Amino acid sequence: MEFSADLFLNAIASGILLGGFYVAVALGVTIAFGMLDIVNIAHPAFIILGAFLAYFSADKLGIDPLLATIPLAAIGLVFGRLFYRAYYACFERRGDESLQGLAFFFGILFIVEIGLVLVFGVDYRTVNLAYLGSSVDIGLVSMPWRLIVPFLGGMIMLAAVQLYMSRTYTGRAIAAVAQDAGALRMVGADPIHAKEVAFGIAIATAIVAGVMLIIIQPVEPSAGREFIGRSFAICVLGGMSSLPGTVLASMILGIAETLTSTFVGPSWSPAVSFGLLLLTLAFRPAGILGR
Amino acid sequence: MGTPTLAVPQSTERPEPRAHGWHGTALIVLCGLALIAGAMLLGQNLSEFYYLTAYVVLQYVALATAWNILGGAAGYVNFGSAGFFAVGAYTTIALGNAFGAPLVLAIPVAGLVAGLLGLVTGYLTLRLRGVFFSIATLALAVVLQTLVVNWSFVGGSRGVYVLRPDPPAFFATYVVFLVVVMLVLATLSLVIARGVERSWIGIGLAALRDDEVAAELAGVPSLRLKLIATVLSGGLMGMAGAPFPYYVTYVDPTSAFSLAIAVNTVAMPLIGGTARWWGPLVGALILATAQQVLTVTISSSANLLIVGLLLVICVVAMPNGVVGLVRYWRRA
Repeated sequence: MEFSADLFLNAIASGILLGGFYVAVALGVTIAFGMLDIVNIAHPAFIILGAFLAYFSADKLGIDPLLATIPLAAIGLVFGRLFYRAYYACFERRGDESLQGLAFFFGILFIVEIGLVLVFGVDYRTVNLAYLGSSVDIGLVSMPWRLIVPFLGGMIMLAAVQLYMSRTYTGRAIAAVAQDAGALRMVGADPIHAKEVAFGIAIATAIVAGVMLIIIQPVEPSAGREFIGRSFAICVLGGMSSLPGTVLASMILGIAETLTSTFVGPSWSPAVSFGLLLLTLAFRPAGILGR
Repeated sequence: MGTPTLAVPQSTERPEPRAHGWHGTALIVLCGLALIAGAMLLGQNLSEFYYLTAYVVLQYVALATAWNILGGAAGYVNFGSAGFFAVGAYTTIALGNAFGAPLVLAIPVAGLVAGLLGLVTGYLTLRLRGVFFSIATLALAVVLQTLVVNWSFVGGSRGVYVLRPDPPAFFATYVVFLVVVMLVLATLSLVIARGVERSWIGIGLAALRDDEVAAELAGVPSLRLKLIATVLSGGLMGMAGAPFPYYVTYVDPTSAFSLAIAVNTVAMPLIGGTARWWGPLVGALILATAQQVLTVTISSSANLLIVGLLLVICVVAMPNGVVGLVRYWRRA
């Protein structure tokens, strides 16, 4: 592809917007994997579930998916808390979480994906929001609303989580669990409760990320697989449990991917995140903001 | 999961090294030879359907056993088995396109390439906590798939057709030959898995799995052992993938990197039990046979759903698989 300043600026702009969406995708992984040590590789499957719930609400119930976001997130929160209760009872309490827990989430990934296939079929689904069809032009750069809204969604969620974790009792307990669960118990707070709430939040962010995803592009049940590498790459690159690191890593990945697909070809962009992940693991496993 | 400790409490009951040394290996080889003879003799009389089914079951025996060399012995979960499998399959295609190399030559090369891949991945990630290895292997499969999609010499994203050559002498059809090849590979995997389990490698890996820091302090060369296991495991998975193009006759990246292969390869050892070499064998026989029956009687997506459900139920209800159940009965 011919290089031009015009293309380059547009690629950077949509890379930043895509990065904002990746914040939404990776936030839950940063919470569950980075802070709670729960290797939820089924996280992307919950994102796709969210996308199909948005499709269902738009297509079958006639509710605008953006309006449905709040109730869907609430459902995700409750479901995530129940899910963690079950996970805790089955694995963490027995100390089986490594091998068996990982396999458990792998199985969940499959069940969600095939469940969606059986309910909705293997076709691509999309929602058409007429008011997101236009774009904002600033000089040479043109930014479509269907990318701006997911960007804002990711940023709002990040701000909300950051506020919650720094201002409320449970939120600070979650941040403490990430550092030392035993010490939390000593000061009289319940680490299990904190982890339960945090996992609920993680699933809620996955559902919202799914709504954002189906605004950006059509979705099919197995689309989650390409987000496994992306979300874990961002989490590792960002330094596991750091929220600012997550934003930085999301932006890097978003820009790297749009530059690759603009100048090299879209078929190469899946390899970017995974290549980045492998390189990070090999050379800087503590992440960019890690010590 | 703060420490790399993995809970397989019965590990102290592992057999002494060299206890009934070669009898078991001889038994595996004899069983393999008997099955090979049976497969060749029945070739003309039995419907090809049984051979096609047997091939898939044997392929999973080989894959699950190979996976367990690293996953069971050391507790490192490889989610990228489809990647190693596809590397084997595409090695066959590349060699066939470039030199017209026959399958018998392609299999050892596929083992070498996939083993080398295992070495590189292991070297990059095995010094980190086990879960990073798991995520890296997931990533590896996607990187490889992207490479293959963009590599038009082996068909790219459009896929490639492979013509089955004439069956070699003494074989009724090429499918019979493929089943015999798979029997050899499955036997080889079982022999190696059993050998590793009873050797100093297996003992060292078990020590790592139970407490990596303590094992290292006791002088277990952890990285070298893990790399040996990764190379063996990856190489055997690549070899199991090498005959795949001749089995399906049309290969595209989606079928070679199928997530079904990845999930089955993890599910079978876990259902059978990862603590002993025969666990994956039992798991593969149960699960692969059940899947073949379900695919024929219901549908292929329902069969994957059932694998997922079985995996979840199994890790919740019997965390040590069939091996754990057998131990429990013996003690009771």
